[in-house]
Amino acid sequence: MTIKNVISAQNLNLTFQTNDGPVHALKGVSLDIAKGDFVSFIGPSGCGKTTFLRCMADLEQPTGGSITVNGTTAEAARKARAYGYVFQAAGLYPWRTIGRNISLPLEIMGYSKADIADRVARTLELVELAGFEKKSPWQLSGGMQQRASIARALAFDADILLMDEPFGALDEIVRDHLNEQLLQLWARTEKTIAFVTHSIPEAVYLSTKIVVMSPRPGRITDIIESTLPKERPLDIRESPEFLEIAHRVRDGLRAGHAYD
Amino acid sequence: MKNLVPVFTVLAVIVGIWYLAVAPMNVRVALDQAERAGEVVVPEGSVPRRAVSVWRLMLDNSDHVALGYALERPRLPTPGQVGQELWKTTGEMVQKGRPFSKRGLIYHGWITLQSTLWGFALGTLLGIVGAVAIVYSRTAQLSLMPWAIISQTIPIVALAPMIIVLSSQVGIEGRGVPKAIISAYLCFFPVLVGMVKGLRAPQPAQLDLLRTYNATGLQSFLRLRLPASVPYLFTSLKVGIAAALVGTIVGELPTGAISGLGARILIGDQFGTPLAIWSALFAAAVLAGALVTLLDLAQRVTLKRMGMAP
Repeated sequence: MTIKNVISAQNLNLTFQTNDGPVHALKGVSLDIAKGDFVSFIGPSGCGKTTFLRCMADLEQPTGGSITVNGTTAEAARKARAYGYVFQAAGLYPWRTIGRNISLPLEIMGYSKADIADRVARTLELVELAGFEKKSPWQLSGGMQQRASIARALAFDADILLMDEPFGALDEIVRDHLNEQLLQLWARTEKTIAFVTHSIPEAVYLSTKIVVMSPRPGRITDIIESTLPKERPLDIRESPEFLEIAHRVRDGLRAGHAYD
Repeated sequence: MKNLVPVFTVLAVIVGIWYLAVAPMNVRVALDQAERAGEVVVPEGSVPRRAVSVWRLMLDNSDHVALGYALERPRLPTPGQVGQELWKTTGEMVQKGRPFSKRGLIYHGWITLQSTLWGFALGTLLGIVGAVAIVYSRTAQLSLMPWAIISQTIPIVALAPMIIVLSSQVGIEGRGVPKAIISAYLCFFPVLVGMVKGLRAPQPAQLDLLRTYNATGLQSFLRLRLPASVPYLFTSLKVGIAAALVGTIVGELPTGAISGLGARILIGDQFGTPLAIWSALFAAAVLAGALVTLLDLAQRVTLKRMGMAP
């Protein structure tokens, strides 16, 4: 295994024991994510894409196979605060201002006061929320709240960003805008991003690598390396190249469905 | 302003029904009194009158019905009489420069308030500590929760004298401590239940988020669970303080206490002075209302300052 693989999963299995018998959330999943990759996971619900992300984050323990994050176990990586995690719901604390929400991980990790103020200002700038530091969460729109939650995940400068359908609950126009911003942010920060979505255009537009997954058992059915350039204006989505990749993703999803 | 009309309508209806009820409730006492004063009453004699319904008596002696509204020891005092008695035992005492006279309700209310606040503090503390234990330990949940529920099914009137007797056995002088214990006994339960719910209010994703920060248990308690429980806590405190007041008054009732609103109610009963009972009841109601209003105010200010209420 080379160092450049930030996340590496080998033959990963995860079986939940339920009253209706075992559920194979993940079966034989192997994947390497290189430094600086933007990897999207797409598939119908129950395909294990979120479970896979949670395994990377050590929020779920695989029942078989191995996974390494930054060359160590997922648990060690979590304890070293190697990644920032963004949930589908922004989950900002209503009793904290936007600024104090972003400082939450920094307080927990024991950063100095001056450092915290500095980082909060910097990350707010990064997600274009400068000036909203003193506002309460309820004063912000859904899209702005999600940007604040991304800022919270960026504040402690982890190299990896794990995002679980972060824009799933937002309307299409806000989503387009945030996708564009996310790409710019990725280009500027050179982070490695794992991104769960159920939107084909979103996956194709954002990713350098698209992982198509399929349910029962949860598994990878196709891995597509994107041929799109790094610089991607929104209208690239009408280019033949884009449509071709989208077509292949759709075929992969359909094949997964025909299987069961 | 628009709310005042329905509020005062309901109040007027209650006072109206009360005034109307005074006539039948007091007609027998009024007729006895009129007869002693030499008036002609139909039928004669208090014993034969027992066989006649109050409605018949009111119809046959309509001249004397009004007497029922000005009795010294009425079966049911009028709102005006209760108000006068309340004023006599509070405001008038202040005017006379003896606000803390033992014959006034300010003194007795103060005794009850002290025990209530001690019981409230103790009960709240117990409730919060119990809730933390229950949320963090399954063993505590299985062993504490059933007892907490059973404790509330025992009539407090039965338990209160035992607490007084037992506490005097261990050398506790006076009624202050046992009364506070009885009051805490009633008060801890709503706080416990509310805090368990409040401490469990955070979503799984919010707890997962703290896990990704590798936060310690104490950090997630102080930064997530505790602030998330504040709205639940205040709701419980408002129920709890009312329960604490009831607990204190019950603690004063069957235990031979000589001061406190509960003692006033008991003494009023024993000496046949219904006005004293009614004014003590109203003093207790006013006290409860004031305490709940204060907590409500504290809730609004706190939640607003926390940013949890717009």
